[in-house]
Amino acid sequence: MSKEKLKGYKEIPIGGLITEPGSAKKFKTGDWRSFRPVWLQDKCTHCMICPPSCPDDCIPTEGNLPNIKRKETDFDYCKGCGICAQVCPFKAIEMKEESGFIK
Amino acid sequence: MAKIKALTGAEASAEAMRQINPDVCAAFPITPQTPVMQKFAEFVADGIVKSEFICVESEHSAMSACVGSSAAGARTMTATSSAGLALMWEILGIASGLRLPIVMTIVNRALSAPINIHCDHSDSMGARDQGWVQIYSENAQESYENTLLAVRLAEKVLLPVMVCQDGFITSHGVENVAVYDDNKVKSFVGELKPYKPLLNVDDPVTYGPLQLTDYYFETKRQQEPAMEEAKKAYQAIGKELKKITGNDYGYFEEYQLKDAKAAIVVLNSTAGTTKAVIDKLRQKGKKVGLLKIKLFRPFPYEEVGRALKNISSIAVLDRSESFGANAPVFGEIKNALYDAKSKAKLHSCIFGLGGRNIYEKDIEDLFSKLLTNKLKGKEYIGVR
Ligand code: SF4
Ligand code: SF4
Repeated sequence: MSKEKLKGYKEIPIGGLITEPGSAKKFKTGDWRSFRPVWLQDKCTHCMICPPSCPDDCIPTEGNLPNIKRKETDFDYCKGCGICAQVCPFKAIEMKEESGFIK
Repeated sequence: MAKIKALTGAEASAEAMRQINPDVCAAFPITPQTPVMQKFAEFVADGIVKSEFICVESEHSAMSACVGSSAAGARTMTATSSAGLALMWEILGIASGLRLPIVMTIVNRALSAPINIHCDHSDSMGARDQGWVQIYSENAQESYENTLLAVRLAEKVLLPVMVCQDGFITSHGVENVAVYDDNKVKSFVGELKPYKPLLNVDDPVTYGPLQLTDYYFETKRQQEPAMEEAKKAYQAIGKELKKITGNDYGYFEEYQLKDAKAAIVVLNSTAGTTKAVIDKLRQKGKKVGLLKIKLFRPFPYEEVGRALKNISSIAVLDRSESFGANAPVFGEIKNALYDAKSKAKLHSCIFGLGGRNIYEKDIEDLFSKLLTNKLKGKEYIGVR
């Protein structure tokens, strides 16, 4: 959740309108996660199957074909659905209980 | 110059819509739809108005289409009645919550069960807390003029408005209606300047996002000052409209009320019947009067309290029930009189459910009971 101070009724746009485009980015939904996809870099072949499979578009990539690489999951938005782990042909993603990562 | 036309109440509302020439009308084309839309569809088919007419598959869809079109930035109107309004229920709150200035004619008719098509106010009174402004009309003339006022009011305060008239009694009864000059009316109504329209890609907005415990309450909190604003704007816009029509647009009409000892409070067509009885009784020296509510939401508590404060005996007539509680109009009048510290004897009278007729004789009897303190508790007029 964002730490922004919540506004009063006189300060917000009327009718619940959102007047700022792309503001959903501010809504950090990663804290809904109960499982974490742990990326095992040594097993990853950067086959590019997982990035487009993520329903939250939170597996970032770098570079262009044929030298494209995936990067670490964006845990601000990853909800731990496990689709990436399912689709990975190289078992390079393991789902682990999120509770083990909470400091 | 006004033209006098022989119109039903429904046609009078359609006539207002012809002059307003809204961008979009969405309506369900069969019963419980009203002749308002039937007549308006003729105007569309004949090319007399430029409106986009969307025939939808239900009243729920009709109001949904209106919500979409109004959010897009189009001046949007519709009409419905009875079960149609009931089916719109969910979307009524969306229209007001999103602050969309939709104007809708309501032809007041009973709700099932039992199945009935005739006049009572259960439909719109049931919707009184859905955040819409509600204006009630005594006759075809008022329906016509209130519709003109409603468009300006809705767009000024960004709230949807219902303009109500009695089913059949008003909607299907032919009266002489003064229809004002098209150009004058058009310049009164003006052009819609939409607030944050969805279709404006230069200023992108999102309508209808999820707001949970963090912001829902704040968004609803905004609707209250909007209603306060509506109360002020109603009068200001009414004054402007008066320049064309010569008529007053008070929150209510007082008829022989100033020196009255006994008064009836009622809205819509029964006010007309009550006036006829008052004229008769006044000739016999009886001090009787009427307060006819026009603006029901927002409700003018203070002003009503002041107008009724010194009257000793008052009957409030409701054409709908609130089972197990005070009837809708009665409850509001009681609130107003409590605030005004009135000591009036106040009576609730239910009448006319499912179109049961109320006659001059009934109202005469009611006045004589009021004047002689013979009313006890809640009264049902015309029920066996
Ligand atoms: S667990 Fe689900 S949300 Fe998280 S990265 Fe994998 S596919 Fe995306
Ligand atoms: S699917 Fe597996 S191997 Fe392919 S990029 Fe993703 S993590 Fe690496």
